[in-house]
Amino acid sequence: MMRHLLSRLGQAVVVMIVMSFVIYGLMGLMPGDPIDVMIATNPNLTAADAERLRALHGLDQPLLERYWNWLSAVAGGDLGYSRLFGRPVLEVMAAPLGNTALLMSLSLLMALAVALPLGAAAALRPNSIFDRLVNLLAFAGISMPVFWLALMLIIVFAVMLGVLPAGGVQTVGGGDLVDRARHLVLPVATLSAASIGQYVRHMRAAMIETLRNDYIRTARAKGAGWVRVVTRHALRNALIPVVTILALDVGTLFSGALITETVFAYPGMGKLIFDSIMGSDFNLALTALLLATGLTLLGNLLADAAYVWLDPRTARR
Amino acid sequence: MKRGSPLAAALRRFRRNRWAVASLIALAVIAAAAAAAPLIEAMLGIDPEAVDLLARNAPPSVAHPLGTDELGRDVLARLLRGGQISLAVGLATAVIAAVIGTIIGLLAGYYGGPLDALLMRLTDGVIALPLLPLLIVLAAVDPSKLGLAPEVLQSPLAGVGRIVVIIALIGWTTVARLVRAATLAVRSREFVRAAVAVGAGPARIMLRHILPNVASPIIVATTLSVGNIILLESALSFLGLGVQPPLPSWGNMLTGALELIWSAPALAVWPGALIFLTVLAFNFLGDGLQDALDPKAETMQVRA
Repeated sequence: MMRHLLSRLGQAVVVMIVMSFVIYGLMGLMPGDPIDVMIATNPNLTAADAERLRALHGLDQPLLERYWNWLSAVAGGDLGYSRLFGRPVLEVMAAPLGNTALLMSLSLLMALAVALPLGAAAALRPNSIFDRLVNLLAFAGISMPVFWLALMLIIVFAVMLGVLPAGGVQTVGGGDLVDRARHLVLPVATLSAASIGQYVRHMRAAMIETLRNDYIRTARAKGAGWVRVVTRHALRNALIPVVTILALDVGTLFSGALITETVFAYPGMGKLIFDSIMGSDFNLALTALLLATGLTLLGNLLADAAYVWLDPRTARR
Repeated sequence: MKRGSPLAAALRRFRRNRWAVASLIALAVIAAAAAAAPLIEAMLGIDPEAVDLLARNAPPSVAHPLGTDELGRDVLARLLRGGQISLAVGLATAVIAAVIGTIIGLLAGYYGGPLDALLMRLTDGVIALPLLPLLIVLAAVDPSKLGLAPEVLQSPLAGVGRIVVIIALIGWTTVARLVRAATLAVRSREFVRAAVAVGAGPARIMLRHILPNVASPIIVATTLSVGNIILLESALSFLGLGVQPPLPSWGNMLTGALELIWSAPALAVWPGALIFLTVLAFNFLGDGLQDALDPKAETMQVRA
């Protein structure tokens, strides 16, 4: 099993290297290049100056050579400057990383707190009215356009009721802890609502599957109470696939918050990726995208590892 | 159709799923309304592109059943036109992605060995990518740098074609995996071996003998993917990277909604509600098809 995980790790490294080249290449296909951007902001530059600048920064070299130069610089710890913020890329990403981590963990906790009990309870009585309601809710969750849900929440709670702020992290001029919490309510609600449907479905399916097993019947036959069988025997096994999905989601959530963060003007990594691509901030976009790719790959690896770790049966195979 | 045939049994199972049947009807109504957009506009006497700056954000009236938008255009007409685009993009992309996935899955499953390993590592790689940021990068690529002729790019449909291509490029993986698994299961069956024995070539075996036997998972996965694709298209269009105005899509009708949310919140309701209903219907339909065509299969996995 260790070998399996190692080969997955090797694969992830290969995908990462390939993707770094692909994303680097795609950056070159963005509208304009860094010199165009310079010219646009400085009317004194002539076409001849532009050519000289291109040569100076190595932009006239072939793609592979430029990629190699960039990779060497990254290996030396130099990720370049962000054009939009005028600061080193790593410095620019620090605060958004923290903001996204906070938003993500709160949303995940919220989603799991709602979805796992609902899914498990629905599985205990398949096809009951309760089960059908939960199923309907799950379908609604996976079919909801996230940006529209965000807009509707803003309309109801900010525009009509006026009880919550429509965006940002705090009131202009700084705010206390309560103020910051109030700014988190709608983004967290949006993100968790978007993932509840998925988790309900997985939890319900896993639970139904588990309850069919012989060891459940055995435990009942040996006189274990229904509550004990469900909580001690079934629930723990049913959580295995759910944890796998959870690990898969960590990477996705990191960039998947892009739409929610953009709508709520929440300064996290998703909004940073979007703004840097839109603002031709090549260094920042490149680094942020590679980080997103790396985290998604890491999430996939974690999912694999979690599966082996939680389910001893797979280790022996 | 013969009574008692597998297809008849599938149809019977499908009819029993009330949500799936209702979804099919709802989708037919939405599609018919979108297709009949010119007719409905003529009946109501409205021009979908007419800008009326004196009647901006007007509430519903006899002339404009759902009111007007920030430029005074009729909301109902734009919803219908947007529906044409959103549905066409969803269906076209789903079919293209299914074709790519089917080809890759058939090749991997039939030939096995190094080709299978290569194609499946490629599939794993694509699945492991951060979907949304990658789509945004692809949507922001300047097509003239790819050497496409400017006159092609000028046409209003170029933006629609681009969105179809980039989503299809990333969306084929589910079908590829399902088709590969199904092909592996069918490959060693007697009728395939018989076809080999009578001298049928690989292409003929894959298309005539294997493909019909792996059709059910392809149909189910493709139906389920339409909903996801409509969600992706609308999100990209909402961000200003998908279907480009003046061509309306349900997503780009919401692009300005955030700025207008204090002055005209009602504008944000309809396009999103239609996206939601359509995606919901495709998901119910796919679920119903799955139960009908493949009653033994596990519950589906939809990932938005």
